[in-house]
Formats: sequence, structure tokens, C-alpha cells
Amino acid sequence: MENQYAIEMLNITKRFPGIIANDNITLQLRKGEIHALLGENGAGKSTLMSVLFGLYQPEEGTIKKDGKVVSIKNPNDATALGIGMVHQHFKLVECFTVLDNIILGVEPTKGGFLQKDEARKKVLALSERYGLQIDPDAKIEDITVGMQQRTEILKMLYRDNEILIFDEPTAVLTPQEIDELMQIMRNLAAEGKSILFISHKLAEIMAVADRCSVLRKGKYIGTVDTKDTTVEALSAMMVGRDVNFHVEKADKTPGDVVLKVEGMTVASKVHKNNAVKNVSFEVRAGEIVCIAGIDGNGQTETVYGLTGLEPLVSGKITLCGKDITRAPIRERSLTGMSHIPEDRHKHGLVLDYTLEDNIVLQRYFEPEFTRHGLLQRKNIRAYAERLIEDYDIRSGQGPVTTARSMSGGNQQKAIVAREIDKAPQLLVAVQPTRGLDVGAIENIHKQIVAQRDAGKAVLLVSLEMDEVMDVSDRILVMYEGEIVGELDPKATTAEEMGLYMAGAKRKEM
Amino acid sequence: MDTKKRTPFFRIPAVQTLIASLLCILLGLIVGYIALLLINPTGAWGAITSIVKNFWNYPNLNQQLRYLGNTLVKTAPLLMCSLSVLFAYKVGLFNIGAAGQYVAGAGAALYCALSLHLPWYVCMIAAAVAGALLGCISGLLKAYRNVNEVISCIMLNWIGLYTVNSILSSVKDPTSPYTLGLANTNPGAIMPSLGINKLFTNNRYTTLAIPLAILIAVLVWLVLSKTRLGYELKATGMNKNAAKYAGMREKYNIILTMGIAGALAGLGAAMFYLSGYEQWSVTQSSVPAMGFNGIAAAFLGGLHPIGTIFSSFFIQQITDGGGYVDMTMYSSDISDFISSLIIYLCGFVLFFRQFMNSRLNRRDELKLKGGDR
Ligand SMILES: Nc1ncnc2c1ncn2[C@@H]1O[C@H](COP(=O)(O)OP(=O)(O)OP(=O)(O)O)[C@@H](O)[C@H]1O
Ligand SMILES: [Mg+2]
Repeated sequence: MENQYAIEMLNITKRFPGIIANDNITLQLRKGEIHALLGENGAGKSTLMSVLFGLYQPEEGTIKKDGKVVSIKNPNDATALGIGMVHQHFKLVECFTVLDNIILGVEPTKGGFLQKDEARKKVLALSERYGLQIDPDAKIEDITVGMQQRTEILKMLYRDNEILIFDEPTAVLTPQEIDELMQIMRNLAAEGKSILFISHKLAEIMAVADRCSVLRKGKYIGTVDTKDTTVEALSAMMVGRDVNFHVEKADKTPGDVVLKVEGMTVASKVHKNNAVKNVSFEVRAGEIVCIAGIDGNGQTETVYGLTGLEPLVSGKITLCGKDITRAPIRERSLTGMSHIPEDRHKHGLVLDYTLEDNIVLQRYFEPEFTRHGLLQRKNIRAYAERLIEDYDIRSGQGPVTTARSMSGGNQQKAIVAREIDKAPQLLVAVQPTRGLDVGAIENIHKQIVAQRDAGKAVLLVSLEMDEVMDVSDRILVMYEGEIVGELDPKATTAEEMGLYMAGAKRKEM
Repeated sequence: MDTKKRTPFFRIPAVQTLIASLLCILLGLIVGYIALLLINPTGAWGAITSIVKNFWNYPNLNQQLRYLGNTLVKTAPLLMCSLSVLFAYKVGLFNIGAAGQYVAGAGAALYCALSLHLPWYVCMIAAAVAGALLGCISGLLKAYRNVNEVISCIMLNWIGLYTVNSILSSVKDPTSPYTLGLANTNPGAIMPSLGINKLFTNNRYTTLAIPLAILIAVLVWLVLSKTRLGYELKATGMNKNAAKYAGMREKYNIILTMGIAGALAGLGAAMFYLSGYEQWSVTQSSVPAMGFNGIAAAFLGGLHPIGTIFSSFFIQQITDGGGYVDMTMYSSDISDFISSLIIYLCGFVLFFRQFMNSRLNRRDELKLKGGDR
């Protein structure tokens, strides 16, 4: 009988200081299938894929390709075997163009000179064929994450890979982009390519994958056919308990105005027009206001303007009765603003600092942590240990783990813990559950609702329809830098919200 | 699994750095020796040993101590320059301008001493301020105009040199290209010895500067590792977006860092020129090597303030030792050539550390495959 597996990872064990990231894991990928990998944050999914891609050497175990044992010492070996990977955090050269990034390492040359024309033709042909729209001459730093991801995918296809690894590709995409990506993956599989796909979104897995393997705390739990299972069964398999997908929330009458934004206008970094145009809204104590919209309609810049990362062109911001329009970031923070940023690696963390140093990033100057200019290491450690416990932040070495070595979801949990525990009057949360597993999402949603119930104001920015509908008390829809509608989540439908988000409907405000 | 397991001895960063540094030194000496062999085989062994021996080339203890003193007089400024480089490096900046800041410090110290007749401590402060100002210019350009600090530093090195040359021309000895001697013009500007000279056979150049430089090294270490300032500066260096997000004044921090780095280099110059060991030549057309050697010393010291104390001494030791090579067998430039060769190889510390780690990893892997679980 012909061998039916494209890749077999047999009894893989990979240890890191203080943790066994992969404990005797076996994973078999059939030819032409889409195989999902599911597991809590820190379960070892990225590590397993990095082993397959040659970034880590496992202590034990063997890898077979088409039934033959292979040795993958580095990513070049993986590429030679036709294995490609899109990483959880992209690995692109920021100041290079899309085309340069795609051909990096496999540049076609003639007599030592680059032959870019040929490469461009091939890239454009691929982009056409799979519907991966890109601008080959745009620089990475100027394009959206969606296009960055398409660049990463083209990078794999350009190298004629037949085993494609997608590590949480959908965490950073908009719902529209996710649909496109699903279609692309189906097309690739239909052509005979085998795909490994990591996601925390169970619906996606059900929609696109043929089979799904589940990991928990570094151990292999099992593999199921998606057509024989349900979302609930999958999540129970992964977390080890039943997960409540619905957010429990009692009615509450909002109190005083905490945040008042009047006529805010913020310039855009990418184009000459303003990204946020004359926007006004309020957030009251004890309510969760959500800014919804399709990515790129000014939500990011609204938050930058509010939190002080970008200056305002015009307008006024009042927080807890204090005019903070021109206040420096530290003053806003001291007035009671917390901010869970959109980009955890850019703003949220100092990756080369330890977890404990990152946990006090917003509070290190307080008397508890600094006395006479000296850091109070003991207090910092105790505080970090408490948050690690309360928010279930998992890592190899606890407070002294370098943030860089933590799993993506646990990095996010650390940020959320830090910002919520600051006891803010106003919590600005941008995509707070991005990259988290279903169990962690449930927990974070509870925490956000607890803030509201404690009489704090919450401004949530989210691209997830479900999150918007479930968590918020009031929805503001942004379209092209303006607020075009205010909706009550209890009285509206996803369809109606979609119309506002697409700009097809607007209310006079 | 036991999470509290001790790090194996060879994995401790300090041990690794030490071994890597020693390897670099050894490699440098071997390559230096080979170069000497190629030039003139008969004198090679004698030459390399006299470079390493430096003050030990003298037969009796009193002389040895006196010349050790001379080496230490030059070690103090070198240590300051390497601290300057190191401090900026920890904040993510490459201060190749230590050389220029050193020059600015020398200019300010000597001008205050010889023209304004100020006491030594005022001259020192002036030197620190001058170095800091030069550093701040690079910092300002970096923070507000995103000008790469390496470029602005290199240009400022030359601007500094020629400015200082012209300023110090006013206090030049009329019969030579050198500035006036401190001992005759303003003895109050010489740093006090505090009895330190007694330890070095009354070497009158050994002053307070030596212990002061060591003390500052310890201070730099404390500031970087234990204080709020160090926390902020390092965070800015590692991720300035996150620093901004956390409400740190990231632009101010960059300027402050370059200012502090500049002050350290400037102070170093004061420590040297206020010892009276050497005068400034106003016709010199190259930036003194002190600042550049500081880069090598910083890396050889494993980018640790305490490590740089030893690495600075070593580099100064071989630089001076070069003077004892037999000039009848080698040309007069040989000493500089050999010592710079060794210094150059000192930059490979990080490389050796990486190499060592990958070897250790492979060994562990083999051990595990051997089946002792
Ligand atoms: N380079 C590394 N050094 C040390 N520990 C690491 C390293 N990479 C991962 N780990 C640890 O191994 C464990 C598994 O991490 P991994 O990134 O594989 O998780 P994951 O399943 O991808 O989680 P997530 O869903 O959050 O991305 C984590 O506890 C992490 O702290
Ligand atoms: Mg991961």
C-alpha cells in the first residue's frame, strides 16, 4: 500500500528551561489534507511546528517525510524538503519591498546579478492564481497586516513548498480576510498540498480542516475528524472542562461620564487625509462601549489619539473631568487610563525584559516598586507572582522568563493582567483577546465585565463580531474615520451592524 | 520536572564571558605571534613575551611598580571610555563618539586649568560637561531627526578634534606643539595623589583618578542593574515604542543616555590630562585612540561594567607592552600593529560565547540520545 502520510512526526519531545514544551507528541499529516492543531496558550503548538521547520532540534523523536526518515537541522533543510511556514509573529524585513521579501534567500541571479524581472513574473502569476493580492513594490512597514500575511504565504508558494504550516494566521486578520484565507487554503489543498493549521477559533477549524489534533500542556490528547465532532467537544478536549461561550452580564445603569471626546481629529500616517474625522462620543462609568468596524477605518488612530501615542489635529478629550487633550502619556495613565494595545510586540512588551519587569512596566515608578531611585526587587517579584497566579500566565520559569520566549497567548495575558490590575477608571482595550484560547477568552471577558460592574468605564475596540455583540453595552460603528452609527447590542443584529460597517447605512448623529 | 535546577557551570553567563574573553586574548596573542614570526622569526618569542610582560620587563620590584603605575594612569581613562561605550550600548546606542567626547573633555579640562587657572575638580566637571554636550548633540539628532548616532558621532569626533586644537593653541608652549605643563603653570589643577603614589614607588602621575575610575565602574553597574533610571533607559533601548507607550520620555532618555556616555568619556580625558602625564599636541591630526580602544575594552569585558575594569587593564597592558619590543629587529610601528591586532580579536567575545553554547547544546543532545534519562 502506498504511504498515505506526507509528514509524520513521531514521539517528539522538546524541552525548554523549566518546561517540557512537547512531551512525546506524534502527529501525522495526510497528503492533501488540512490538519488543524488545537491547544491552550502555551500547549506547545508553535514549538512543534518550529521543530518541523528546523528552528528547534527535538531531544527525542523522528520526523518522516513520505515514509522516509529525514533530518531537519535548520530552515534550509526544511525548505529543501518542501516545508514552508507562516509564523505567528511574521518574519519580514520591514524596510524591504514585498517582492524583495518574497525572493529573499532564493534570489534568481545570473552571473552574480539579480534577475528581479523573472521573479516578479513568477510572484505576480502566483498572486493571480491564488487570489493573493499584493503590491510587489510596497514596503512592508507601509502595508496592512493582511497584506503582510499574503506576502508570507507567497513566500512559501514561491519556494514551491508542498507542506504548508500556518501558525495562527487568522489572529490578525479581519473577518473578510479570514474568509479569503480559508478559500485559499482549500484551493491549495485541492491541488494536493498538505496544510498544518493552528487556530484558536473553533469555528474556523470546523469550517476548513479535515482533521484536528489536540495538545494540552505539551501532551498529545488525540486526533478527531472534524465532521464527527462539535465545537463544544473540541473545546472540552482542549481545555479539559466545559467552556461557557456566552458572556454572563447583568443589566446595569451607567453612571457619570468618565471619558468625553469632542470633535477629535487625528492625522493618518499612510495617506494625506485625516484618519479620524471630527469624532465625538462618551463613555460612562459602569458601561462597556465598543468601537466596531472593518479594520482600517480609523479605530487604531482613534486609540492612538486617546492614549497619546499620536497628537490630535483638533478636538478635546476629557478624562474624569480633567482636560487631557495635550497631556503626556504618563499623565493620562495616572489620571486613570489603562491601555491594552493592538500590537503586543510593538507597544505592549519589552521582549528582552523578563516577565516580571514587563508586568511592572506601567507602575515601576510607584513607591511600592521604586524607593529612592532603587528598584524594589522583592516587591516586584511578589507582585508579578500574584498576577501570574490570578491570570494563569504560563511560562517556563515564572517571573524571570524572558518575555520573548513565552507563547503568544501568554504574552497577551501578561499585558491584559498588567492593564486591568492597574485599577483604571477607563480601560481602553484593543483586541484584548487576540490570540487567546477559548478558556482564556472566557476569563478575560469575565474580567472586563467585572471592571464594568465595579463602576469602571471600558472602551473596547474589536474586529470580532461575536465579541462586540456579547460583551458591549453600546456599539459605535466607525466607517472611514467617522462614527456612522450607535447601536444597542440587544436590539440589533449582525446583519444590521454589517450594513453600518460597510458604509451602506448611517444615522444622523 | 525540577524547575529550580541549577544552571550548569559552563552555562552561567559570567563564566561563559570570562572563558570567551580569555579565548580571545589567547587567539590574539597567537595571531600576533604568527605575524611576528613572519616578519622576523628570531625575535618573535622575545617580542611577544615583552608585550605581555610590559612592566615586568624591568628587573627590580621598585621599577616594576613605577611602570605598573604608568600603565594604570592610562588604564583609568580607557576604563572611562569603555564605560561610556558600554552605557550607551545597554541603551541600544552605539557610541563610537566616545573618542570625540574624550577630546572635548581634554580640551575643556586643559583650557580651564591652563587659561582660567581653576582647581582640578572644577576642570573635571568642565570636562564632563563638555563631553556630555557633545554626546547630547548626537542624542538630539537621533531623538528628533532619527540621524544614526554612528554617523553623527564620527563627524563630531573630527569637529571636536579641530575645535579643541584651535582652542588649546592659546595655551600652547611657544617652543613646542604641546600645551603648557600643568606642574609649572597651575599645580592646583593636578589631581591629588592621596598617597597612592607611595604604592607605585612615588610615581607622581598616579592619582585619585585610578580608584575613582573603578568606583565609577561600580556605580555604572549599580545604575544599570538596580535603579529605576537603568530600568527606563534599558527599556528605551530595547523597544522605544513600548517605552513611549509606558509613558517614559523616550526622546529625553536617548538624549540623557548620550549625555551620560559623553560625560563618562569626558571625565576619562580629565583623569588623564590632569595627571600631568602627557600634554596635548595642538597639531595632532588624528583622534586619540583611547575612545576607540574603549569599544574593544567594552566587548572584551563582556559588556559588564565590572568586566571592563579588567579588560581595560589588559588592553592598556599590551598597548604599553608594545613599547618594549626590540626595535633593532622590528620597525617602530610594530608595537602598535601587534597590540591593535590583539585588540581587534578581542571583539570576538560574543562570537565565542555563541559558539560555546552551540557546542554545549550538541553535547547535551548526544547525551540524551545515549539514553541516560
Ligand atoms: N525559545 C524558547 N525558550 C524557552 N521557552 C520557550 C521557548 N519557546 C517556547 N517556550 C515555552 O514553551 C511552551 C510552549 O510554547 P509555544 O509557543 O509552543 O505555545 P503555543 O501552543 O504556540 O501557545 P500560543 O497559543 O499562546 O501561541 C511555553 O510555555 C513557552 O514559554
Ligand atoms: Mg503559538
